[in-house]
Amino acid sequence: MQTPAVFEYERATSVDGAIASLERLGSEARVIAGGHSLLPMMKLRLANPEHLIDINDLTELSYIREQEGEIRIGAMTRHVDLLRSDLLAQHFPLFRDAETVIADPVVRNRGTIGGSLCQADAAEDLSAVCAAAKASVVIRGSGGERVVSMDGFHVRPFTTAVGAAEILTEVRLPVRPDGGSAHDKVERRAGDWAIAAASAAVWMQDGTIGDAGIALSAVGLTTIHVTRAEDLLRGKAPSDELFAEAGAIASEDCSPTSDGRGPVDYKRHLAGVLTQRALRRATARALHQEA
Amino acid sequence: MTINVSMTVNGTQVSHDIEPRMLLVHFIRETLALTGTHWGCDTSNCGACVVRIDGQPVKSCTILAAMCDGHEVATVESLEVDGQLDPIQMGFHERHALQCGFCTPGMLMTTRALLDENPDPTDHEIRVAISGAICRCTGYKNIVSAVRWAADHEAATANREG
Amino acid sequence: MATVENLPSPSTERPIGFGRLKRKEDARFIRGQGTYLDDIRLPGMVHGAILRSPYAHARIVSIDTSRALAHPNVAAVVTAKDLETLGLAWMPTISYDTQAVLAGDKVRFQGQEVAFVIASDEYSANDALQLIDVEYEPLPAIVNARKALDLDAPLIRDDKAGQRDNLASPTWEAGDEAATNRAFAEADTVVSRDIIYPRCHPAPLETCGIVADFDPKTGQLNIWNGNQAPHAHRTVYAHVAGLAEHMIRIRCSDIGGGFGNKVPVYPGYVCAIAGSIVAGVPVKWIENRTENLVSTGFARDYVMRAEMCSKDGKITGLRVDVIADHGAFDSTAQPTKFPAGFFHIVCGSYDLQASHVKVKAVYTNKAPGGVAYRCSFRITEAVYLVERMVDALALEMKADPIDLRMRSFIAPGQFPYETTTGWTYDSGNYAETMKVAMDIAGYDDLRREQREKRERGELMGIGVAFFTEGVGAGPRKHMDILGLAMNDGADLRVHPSGKAVVSISAQTQGQGHETTFAQIVAEELGIPPEDIEVRQGDTDKSPYGLGTYGSRSTPVSGAAVAVVSRKVRDKARLIAATMLETRPEDLAWEKGRWYVKGDPEKGAMIEDIALRAYSGEPMPEGMEGGLDAQVIYDPPNLTYPYGAYIAVVDVDPDTAQVTVRRIIAVDDCGVRINPMIVDGQIHGGLAEGVGIALMELLSFDAEGNCLNSSFMDYLIPTALECPDFELGETVTPCPHHPLGAKGVGESPNVGSPPAIVNAVIDALYETHGVDHIDMPCTPARVWAAMQGRAEPPQ
Repeated sequence: MQTPAVFEYERATSVDGAIASLERLGSEARVIAGGHSLLPMMKLRLANPEHLIDINDLTELSYIREQEGEIRIGAMTRHVDLLRSDLLAQHFPLFRDAETVIADPVVRNRGTIGGSLCQADAAEDLSAVCAAAKASVVIRGSGGERVVSMDGFHVRPFTTAVGAAEILTEVRLPVRPDGGSAHDKVERRAGDWAIAAASAAVWMQDGTIGDAGIALSAVGLTTIHVTRAEDLLRGKAPSDELFAEAGAIASEDCSPTSDGRGPVDYKRHLAGVLTQRALRRATARALHQEA
Repeated sequence: MTINVSMTVNGTQVSHDIEPRMLLVHFIRETLALTGTHWGCDTSNCGACVVRIDGQPVKSCTILAAMCDGHEVATVESLEVDGQLDPIQMGFHERHALQCGFCTPGMLMTTRALLDENPDPTDHEIRVAISGAICRCTGYKNIVSAVRWAADHEAATANREG
Repeated sequence: MATVENLPSPSTERPIGFGRLKRKEDARFIRGQGTYLDDIRLPGMVHGAILRSPYAHARIVSIDTSRALAHPNVAAVVTAKDLETLGLAWMPTISYDTQAVLAGDKVRFQGQEVAFVIASDEYSANDALQLIDVEYEPLPAIVNARKALDLDAPLIRDDKAGQRDNLASPTWEAGDEAATNRAFAEADTVVSRDIIYPRCHPAPLETCGIVADFDPKTGQLNIWNGNQAPHAHRTVYAHVAGLAEHMIRIRCSDIGGGFGNKVPVYPGYVCAIAGSIVAGVPVKWIENRTENLVSTGFARDYVMRAEMCSKDGKITGLRVDVIADHGAFDSTAQPTKFPAGFFHIVCGSYDLQASHVKVKAVYTNKAPGGVAYRCSFRITEAVYLVERMVDALALEMKADPIDLRMRSFIAPGQFPYETTTGWTYDSGNYAETMKVAMDIAGYDDLRREQREKRERGELMGIGVAFFTEGVGAGPRKHMDILGLAMNDGADLRVHPSGKAVVSISAQTQGQGHETTFAQIVAEELGIPPEDIEVRQGDTDKSPYGLGTYGSRSTPVSGAAVAVVSRKVRDKARLIAATMLETRPEDLAWEKGRWYVKGDPEKGAMIEDIALRAYSGEPMPEGMEGGLDAQVIYDPPNLTYPYGAYIAVVDVDPDTAQVTVRRIIAVDDCGVRINPMIVDGQIHGGLAEGVGIALMELLSFDAEGNCLNSSFMDYLIPTALECPDFELGETVTPCPHHPLGAKGVGESPNVGSPPAIVNAVIDALYETHGVDHIDMPCTPARVWAAMQGRAEPPQ
């Protein structure tokens, strides 16, 4: 089996302690949580951090709760808990849609939402989910905390707004009335990365779409936030024609590359189809019409 | 650097000095000489290495032994107790759910965990539960059947004892 | 201790002989007590790791091992130069080519072996690989088999004297070209297709590895290795290492899947052996999954062009032209006179007027191999081709694909049937088997459902494939591998207690030999299977034979065990006659005892006869004591299992995802020794067929970089992609096999890919005009076909 290179290791006993270690150890130090993104890369020698700071003991960061009009999810919350949470499913069903098809059930026992978001792989589902849900994240450094919206979170491929000596601690999802959401994904096989995936969230207002969030996975260098389609939807009554238009925008505004999962034209096509499907389902849920 | 890791493995407390980079699968196989847990890939896909940490099935090739310090690990060797096979092992034998046997320990640990949480799974729930594990020999049909056998066997035993 | 007795068996079926006997070998596997290769530890054992080429084609300018040698845990770093002094830098292949053990002048495929590190532990060995510096001068690579013979193609095998191009094996022909031309001239319908069977990989869950332990004191080389043909390997090592065969002992560990991947001798094996001979300590080498995918024996990679014709509603002719991609070294495993294996069974199950087949093989800058993954020596490629062509012809004729097959089948009265390419099929009732499949599938209901769904815009496909294959190689008058006869031995010894041990040449990798071979002896002698030990995989303890692949265990080793059991039974009869003071011809047999005809109370049980054979009591005149026998079995012919498979698929009209909803598989593999094990073998092969049809592919970019070098991108089906398989059977005993059995292990891989692909096309032809699509039918490829842009895979 392939094995990682040598590294130094410590176990963080507090968030601030982990941050202090990151500051002390510098750029060759990485935080490790679930490890199911980082360890495979280390085994293949694609990542060779000299120090690992294990934050698995920071169980205080594992929670899903309702607080101040938001659903707040601790960064150490495992995928399996996101899947099972009825609170989350009630307000943001797109999480359960996504978690059902993220990796496999055994991997979901370890991977965390913080790890997934910080990996910033464009094919990763939760980034699109959080973007569509208008989430913001809490980032803590030695100077204190700041809140960053998902818009500003993905800076570049594999790079987020989390700085070198900072840790993502929480994801916040604003709860608004009459919302519905869905996530739809096409993959070559169960457990595979998405060929393309679409997350959609809508909040209804007097029979029209008051606000919408649409984001795509795996069809760009980072998560694609389809703001042009969101603008189109606002203030309009839902209809298949409207969703088809939104899908067409999604198709145009993504920038997929050709790879083993599919060529550019197929991925664009999927972006459009899945955006429509996700919007249809999100709206049906918002209107309590889903079977 | 070496660190000391202490954990409970199959009910027994162990303590060893290791390199931090030692993966749990190697700690189990090499340091503890428990070779029932296997490995079959480099990318956390195949599931041959599944063990249970604090009851949860995990892929031991993607966990550092260091992460298990202070935790409870269970491997396939823990299923048989005092010469008595676990119903999931009996089910695999009854229903011919193994051929080369290489994926079997991982499948047993995954499905034992499933039954612990869901004593009456549907065929689809069983297939979902094992979707992170590859078998090249059986085509999965008999594995599903074996898990149902074990579930029915445990229900019948519970009824008799209840 | 884990024995079969400790396994509670709530069900009552414990047959003595054929039947659904639960497996003896389960006892250790369900406890995690199997001994697979990586479980083997010996005192003083060190670990090998291989440095592999990142380039598909490059000159090696220099190799600097000094940094690796400076690593405190590294014992040695071996390169081609070191192996040259031992005469081991190159090794012979099964196809009479040579293959570099470690690359010296050039690397010829990405992943090729360049250096072998020996270190105290696996982690250090892997670290040391990063410390070897190799300077390469990249060369243009040939990746596309169709371009391998272009005039400007770079020469890959400049190591071979007289090699001027990339031809690996000249055109091999079967059939009759003139007769075929006549058939096509007279035909009323002709179709042609370019069909690719893409490169895929058997990918057993356990990778390949070896523990080599040379004892300098005794000169004995002990090898632990999961391989499918231990005696053949020992012969190769004796030749290559210059050691007498009795100084080499190969013991097969429990094998975590073979599927043909563990037939060849790999460079890693030779490096470990060389390392052990030089260092005098045991050396373990076991490859990681990437190494397995990029360097070990791949499967298929046949580029085929075919035409098929019909007259008066019946298939009459077939012509096929194939370019076989063998990779950088020709290491395909097949009988010597058959460089295209048994591909010429492509004439199929039909009463053709004529056929003509041409196959040539080329070198490319990819890993060597081609014959693997339950292929029955290229029968998977042949059946895929012919069954796709029959469907293509059916489309052109606007005929139902089953009707066309039924009209064209070889009829029962025509057996034994000599095909247009020289096969003699022994027996069969093809229509009956097809009808059983149609019944189980509910074929007419499926067609009705398909029509209804089509009206609603839903895409459902029903695909059929029928195959006849030839397994159980093979008669010594027709075939050999590397000059070795494809015969298997069986040694049977009944102990004084009446229990027995049978030693066989076959080598299980999951097929259940410890159970099924005991069942054969049990059937013939009436000794309970739990009292019969089956020995295999130890060259010191098992008879010479060519091992397990090509579905040959039951046809050849199974026959050998039946014959040797009957020899023992015949000897027992003579002893029983002496015991009962009667003549042998006055005795009759019922399972487990000889008894006096007309006085059935008077008899001798087999265990009493065995005790007598070892006792001091009188034996028949001139007979030696003991109760044992030996046989080397030379099969008189291949066996010809056949089957009818039906696949039902649903294609998402928007995303083009293919779901295999049902697979109905009706196999005729003759008499079934253990139906439970037969069913299990079929389930496994069907799952592999789903993988091949939908997702498995080894692809390369223009530079020869392998794009599917891990299980993240070499996709194997999970339980969610495999349907709940529906099996049926017909039983036509093989006329020449002592048990009437034929073998079955590869049939599901032969039959399922064409059934699934035919189903996908059936889903898309009427609505989208798709009349061909190459595997794998991934969503992207199916979508492209639906847009009219189907292209072959790279």
